This record gives sequence, C-alpha cells and structure tokens, in this order.
Amino acid sequence: MAILEKTELVRNAAGRMVPEMANGRPQIPYLGVGKYKPGGNKAAPPIRTAADYPESGDKRVADLETALRKCGLRDGMVISSHHHLRDGDRVALMALEAAERIGVKDLMWFPSASFPSQKGAIELMSSGVIEHIEGSMNGPLGDYCTQGKMRGMGVLRSHGGRWQAIQDGEVHIDIAVIAAPTADFFGNCDGSHGKSACGSLGFALADSIYADHVIAVTDNLVPFPCIPWQIQGNNVDYVVTVDSIGDPARIVSGTTQITRSPDRLRIAELVALFLRDAGIMRNGFSFQAGAGGIALAFVSYLKRMMKDAGVKARFVRGGSTKYLVELLEEGLTDYILDGQTFDLSGVQSMANNPRHAATSPFTSYNYHGKGNFASLVDAVVLGATEVDENFNANVVTHSDGRLLHGIGGWQNCLAAGCTILAVPSFRDRIPVIVDQVTTLCGPGELIDVVVTERGIAINPRRQDLMDAVKGSKLPIRPLQEIKSEVERICGGKPQQLKRGDRPVAVVKWVDGTVLDSVWQVV
Amino acid sequence: MMERGFVDGRDAMSAGIETPVKPAGEAGHWGADIRSDVHVRIEPCERGGIDIELESRVKPYYGESIRRQSEEVLEALGVKHARVAIHDEGALPFVIAARIEAAARRAGLGEGTRVLPDRFPLPEPSARDRMRRSRLYVPGSEPKYFINAGLHGADAIILDLEDSVHLNEKDAARLLVRNALRAVDFLACERMVRINQLPLGLEDLEEIVPESPDLILIPKVESASQVIEASQKIAEIKANYGITRAIWLMPILESALGIEKAYEIATAAREIAALTIGLEDYTADLGVAKTAGGAESLFARQRMVNAAHGAGVQAIDSVFGDVGDVEALRVWALNSRAMGFEGMGCVHPVQIAVIHQAFAPTQAEIEKAQKIVAAYHEAERKGLGVVSLGSKMIDAPVVQRALKLMARAQAMGLVH
Repeated sequence: MAILEKTELVRNAAGRMVPEMANGRPQIPYLGVGKYKPGGNKAAPPIRTAADYPESGDKRVADLETALRKCGLRDGMVISSHHHLRDGDRVALMALEAAERIGVKDLMWFPSASFPSQKGAIELMSSGVIEHIEGSMNGPLGDYCTQGKMRGMGVLRSHGGRWQAIQDGEVHIDIAVIAAPTADFFGNCDGSHGKSACGSLGFALADSIYADHVIAVTDNLVPFPCIPWQIQGNNVDYVVTVDSIGDPARIVSGTTQITRSPDRLRIAELVALFLRDAGIMRNGFSFQAGAGGIALAFVSYLKRMMKDAGVKARFVRGGSTKYLVELLEEGLTDYILDGQTFDLSGVQSMANNPRHAATSPFTSYNYHGKGNFASLVDAVVLGATEVDENFNANVVTHSDGRLLHGIGGWQNCLAAGCTILAVPSFRDRIPVIVDQVTTLCGPGELIDVVVTERGIAINPRRQDLMDAVKGSKLPIRPLQEIKSEVERICGGKPQQLKRGDRPVAVVKWVDGTVLDSVWQVV
Repeated sequence: MMERGFVDGRDAMSAGIETPVKPAGEAGHWGADIRSDVHVRIEPCERGGIDIELESRVKPYYGESIRRQSEEVLEALGVKHARVAIHDEGALPFVIAARIEAAARRAGLGEGTRVLPDRFPLPEPSARDRMRRSRLYVPGSEPKYFINAGLHGADAIILDLEDSVHLNEKDAARLLVRNALRAVDFLACERMVRINQLPLGLEDLEEIVPESPDLILIPKVESASQVIEASQKIAEIKANYGITRAIWLMPILESALGIEKAYEIATAAREIAALTIGLEDYTADLGVAKTAGGAESLFARQRMVNAAHGAGVQAIDSVFGDVGDVEALRVWALNSRAMGFEGMGCVHPVQIAVIHQAFAPTQAEIEKAQKIVAAYHEAERKGLGVVSLGSKMIDAPVVQRALKLMARAQAMGLVH
C-alpha cells in the first residue's frame, strides 16, 4: 500500500519538496509555467460495437449494484463521480456503498470535488473499500487525509487538471457514475431540467468520453430523446433510475447572498474600481467571478459602474448566479459561459436562454488542448487562504496545514489577462499575507493584483497595470507594506508551525506536474 | 506553565491551598459566532501564583503571545494569585488587555491600575470647524468592528458607550474603547466617543479623556449645566494628564425640552463644536412615530439648526436607520443639507458615500461660488469697496458663503 511506499523527495522549480512517486506512479516535478511539453497521444477507451447494446436503445438495469456488476467492478478499480449536485449529491455515496455490498476493496474514488455530506467515505476508507481519493477534500475528509490516515496519497487537481489527467492517461477511469437530473433510457443526460436540476454537467464530460464504463443515474427519466444531451448516450453503458439523486435544498447553494460585512464590501468595491480605473472595464471585455460573498458584491458594484459608463461585456464566465443572470437579461453582457450553476436563477436561465451556455473543463480550462478560453478572460476575481510577498498563493490549505478547499477552477483561471485575489488582510488575527505559503497552488508570476480592505497591491511584474492606474484615487500600496501593517495590528508574526515530514497529498499544476506537497499535520 | 482547568477534580476545596478569596470576575465573549473577542474568567486565590488555562482558535499561531501578554497584564494589575481561564476567538492584543483588565476589576482586583497598550501616534488635533459630513457609529462592546472602522472613509468614527452597549457591559466597553483609542489607527477619521448620560458619563470620561479623543458626544442633554459639568470634568482630567490639545463637545438633543433649550446648550461651553439631534428618542418623547419624511421632527430640526447657527457651531443631523434603503437615505440627506445641516450619522459604512455625495455642493453651486469669489478678489485687487458680478452688487454675507462653499468643495476634492 502507498502508505508504506518510501518515496524520494525532490525540489521542484518552485523550490518546493515534492515526491517522485505518488500511488505507484512516477511524477514529474513542476518545471515552471509553460515549461513541461507533453508527448504521445491521448488516452482512449476501448472500441465498442452497437451489436452489444440493445437495439431498442433501452439501457436500463434494475439498480446501481447491478450496473456496477455488469461493468465488471473488481478490487483496485477507479470509480469517478461529480459535484454538479454539490452538497446535495446522493449518487456518489450510493455507488460507493453499492461497491461495498458487492465486496470489492481498494478502490480509488475520483470525484471532481467532494463535499462535507460525503463524509461517509471515511468509513469506506477505514473498512478498506476505498484505498484513496484523488480529488478535492475538505472538512472531515480533508482532516482524515492530512492526519495521514488515508492509505494512498491524495492528488489535488484543478478542474482543468482533472480533464488533462484523464485525457493524458494519468488517471484511467474504470467506471464513471454520472448523476443526471434528466436522462432518457439510452443514456443521454441533461442537467438543466428536472426536480434535481443543477445546470451544466460539464465536469462529467471527460469521464463519459474516456472511461471504460459509464453509468447514468437519474431521478427524472424522459422518453428518448433527452434534449439537450449534455452527455451523449452513445458513451453510456447503463441507465439506473432512483427516487432521488440529491437533496434539492443543497444542490443550489443557499449561501449566494451578497455579504453585508463592511470589510468584504470594501474589498469588492475596490476590485470593481480597479477594473474600471485600470481600463479593463471597457466595451467588449470579459470577466469571471465565483459565488463567494465578495465575488457577488463585486459583480453588483461592477454592474453599477458598467451602467454609469455605458459599457457592455462580450461574455462573463460563471459559476453563474442571479447576479450574472441579471447582467445577461439587462443587456450588460452578450453571453454567460457557464462552468457550474450556483443558484436557481442560473439553472433557469441556462434552461431558457440560448445566450447562457453550458461549458466543460475542456473548452474552458484544459491546458493540454489547443488553447482554452480561461486565457481569453480579461479579468478574474479569486479568493485565497494565503499569499506571500512574491504573490505566490495558497487556496487548498489553512495555515495550520489542514485541507480547507479544493482547487476548483482556481489554477486554470490564473491564465486570465488580469488575475485578482480578493482577500481580507487577516482572518481571526491570522495574517493572510505571509512569509511563505503553507501550500503553493498558484505561482506568483501569474497573480497580478491582491486586493485587501487595507489597499491594493499590484505585482511589480505588471508595470502596465501600475501605469494604467497612475493618477487614480485607488489605494495602491506595496504588498510588503500591507503585510507589515497587518503584522503590527496582529501583535507580530504568527509562530512557525511544526509540520510532519510525510507528504499526504500532492498539488498538481495545470500541466500534470507536481507543484507542491501537502504534509501530514502533527 | 500549568494547564490545569479551574474546575478539575482537585480544585479549590479539596486541595485547600488555592481557596478562592473573592468571587470570580468574567468579561468578554466567546463561542462559534464570536469573532475578534475573548472571554476571560479570573478567580482570585490566596496563593499558588498565576494559573492560566488558554483555549484559542489561533493558539497554534499566537498561543505563546497570548499567554505572555496575559501574564504581563496580570502582573501590571498586581494580580499575584489567580486561576485564569481564557477562551479566545482571535482577539487582537488591545482587546485581550481590555478584557483581562475588566475581568480583574470585576473580581475586585487591580483597583486603580490602568494597563495600557502601546500608543499608536496620535493624529493631528482636529479643528473646531472641520468637515463633519459623516460619523460612523461603532458599538463600544463589539471589538470586531474597531480595527477596520477607519478604512471606510467617514469623516469621523464614534466609539459608542451609550445606547449600543448593554447596561451590564458599560464598565468593560469603557476599557475596550480606551484601548482602541490608543492602539487603533483610525486613519483620517476624527476620533469621537459617545459617553453615557451623566452622571455615568463622568465615569466614562475618567477612562476616555486621558487618551485624547478629538470629540465627545454628550447624550440626552436638556440643560446648559449638564454640558458645563462634562466640560469641567474634562478640563480637570486634561490638567491632571497634562493634555493641551482640544477635545471638542457635541451635545445631543433628544427630547422636547432639549430642543427648547437648544441655544442655551449650544453656548454653554467654549469647546462645543456642533449640536446634533437624536430622533429616535425625540420622537419617543413626543409619543409619535418616526417617519421616512420626518414631518414630526421638522420643527425640532429647524429649531436646532437655527440655534446652532446662532451660536456659531455646526448643525449635524441624526442617523438614518434603514441600512437597506440607500435611496431614502439620499433623499433624507439632500433634505438635511437644504435645511442647513452639515452632516449626519451613519450606522453602516455603505451609508458614507451616499451622505458625502448628498452633502457635497453641486456643480452649479460651485460655479456660481467661483464667480463670486473671483469677483471678490477682483474688487480687492482694484481696491473697490463693493463687489459686483455683472450689473449686480454682491453683499458681504454672500461672499462669505461663497468662500465657505469653495473651502468645503476643496476639502471634498471637488475643485483644485
């Protein structure tokens, strides 16, 4: 088992110590942005014949257990699932528990992200059904991993990195289990309709194309054809119907409310002012912001500024929320290119408005493609747990080393024309601007601006942005100055934490190389 | 350092040597929803030294620092034997010090000793007629709002000891506000404190005045004698501490009687820089509802504006309570300015920009004033006794008003 694996550590191009092996597979240490050149061909699933599938098109089987057996589930296989239903998802655990009943061991669970409601996976790891998880882990699962209890090594990838890993053959999915809010008996799937509607099914697209076997699980079976078919039934082996694929209350987040915190509102307003004053907010521009409190407030400030200036965007990139939908409906953007849908307005808009397009990590994020449109976005607003004086940032661990968030699309978004981290300068007395980030997730050369409530720091590599805001009233300050001020407020630098010397997870860069290690918490 | 809890199996009674001599004192708050505060419980003992039990959400980062600071504060307070339980929710050092001091005092310890955090350099003293368009209220018992209060660009911050602080928390809030005045950088904001109604307010002054606030708001004033009492107390404390910089006063009129005595109050002390009105209490005194239009308080507000101008002090309006309704606030503030007020209070930072915009002179006003000022300079240059614009003669008060408007417009960054 991997836990016994003696792995050599090497120093990568970012100066971080990373293992040469992870889960029995040799790793390439991070070489620098754009340095690693892949070779060879993409992975491919086996060739199938229509002769082996029902001519009627009806691929339904009795239940998930039957489907898994028919897919030939056995020890050590890789089962994938997706987080379209977020904390409301019931399908991933349903599949893993069915695997437990079948009696298999040592599975690798390969979710596009895991959520706190899936903490049941801990028992399945303890009982040996799951050997390890490759995918974001937080809450109880994150603790389990960072305490060193997981047998294999965690592998954290961005959304684009997950597509890249599947496509490049780094991860071979034996069985993909896709939760489908609407499907037909042939396996065509749609996420934007049905009682469990969640919007896009983009995260499952790679799995449907590259996995050996694909199972669609739905609670809303419609007669063929299921339109739109975000997932094509031609890639699907079996269809299972269940009473409920998820808890609707937790599928669309209830937290997509604009913050009322004065400090966070100030950060959001400063971000919007920066885009305006730097001239990034101009006719035909594009931006991306997530669904956090700061991001939503940012959108509402920017909206007012766009209206005042008579400026219209060509596209905005979701995670969509009602705030982005309002931009679309009020003609302030031509399109929403949506990666995932955070609230009901977003789900309805995607279902009804042809200018609200579902996208996948292939179009938006995959680094091993012929470009991707993350680099076409003019500005992106992201969060972070820590950032250092050289603008290197952490998004996965808390400064105590515990896993806190997944990478999501965060790394992929760093390719935008202007990458902005919108962060408070300290949280609960703990400074966010640190000497060295606990875990490196984003190289500082790709992070252009850090906006805190105490001022805006521009990466010295972006002299063009410095020049663009010269003469504005923005509180532009060196990052070091904000850092020192916060250290004074907090009563000095925090104590240095002791960390374990065993890596329990690796953080992949968008090209599949290893950017950093997550260490066991002692 | 021992980590033993203060109620473990071998506690006071059975061990015999650490018998509590006085009831324990507690101060501060803790719990999952609390941020930037700390709860301290101090149980005085006869012997056994200081025993600190520390829990903190930032323990891995600042545990040693909190422990060291706690020991220093207790030593300064002269506490030699006590069991101390600290539940910290990420409080900053000046908050920790204030909470320990409050808990110690409540336990009957540290009488007469003030433990003060390092002083951030004092800003320039504020001018009597400085711009006071917006003043942001910050509850004196909520330390989480202190540290970033100055970032939002209000003309003033009011650290409030009165209505936003529960009666049982007055003593502790006073220490928090005192420490905040020393340790927090409020940037360009005027540092105001609203004390309690006298006589409790006199106790507030004992802690607050030595830290040189720029202005003190005296609530529920109904007579000149109340202002004089506060003014004399402030002068006495300033003399004791050798403080020479100005501490201005802003009486708050919050009753029918207060309004009737407006001019007498406005002229009660030389330090009065402004008069303001508290409409919640005023409407309650009248037994009427406070409406969005404010018809019920029109007379009171006009009377107060008139008295303030008669006394040569600023007239400042009440707060606007509905944080969600920015448009109604804008209407209120525009009306306020038209009535002769120079500013108003804010209960949330989102109100600041709206108020500043409403109290700013309009472009047309600025242009008109510019012409008058130019004509005035022209007349001065030519040695003419009479200022005229085109065929019109301009009266001296009109010139004065134009000069004042231009000075304000300059201070607001509207003209260069």
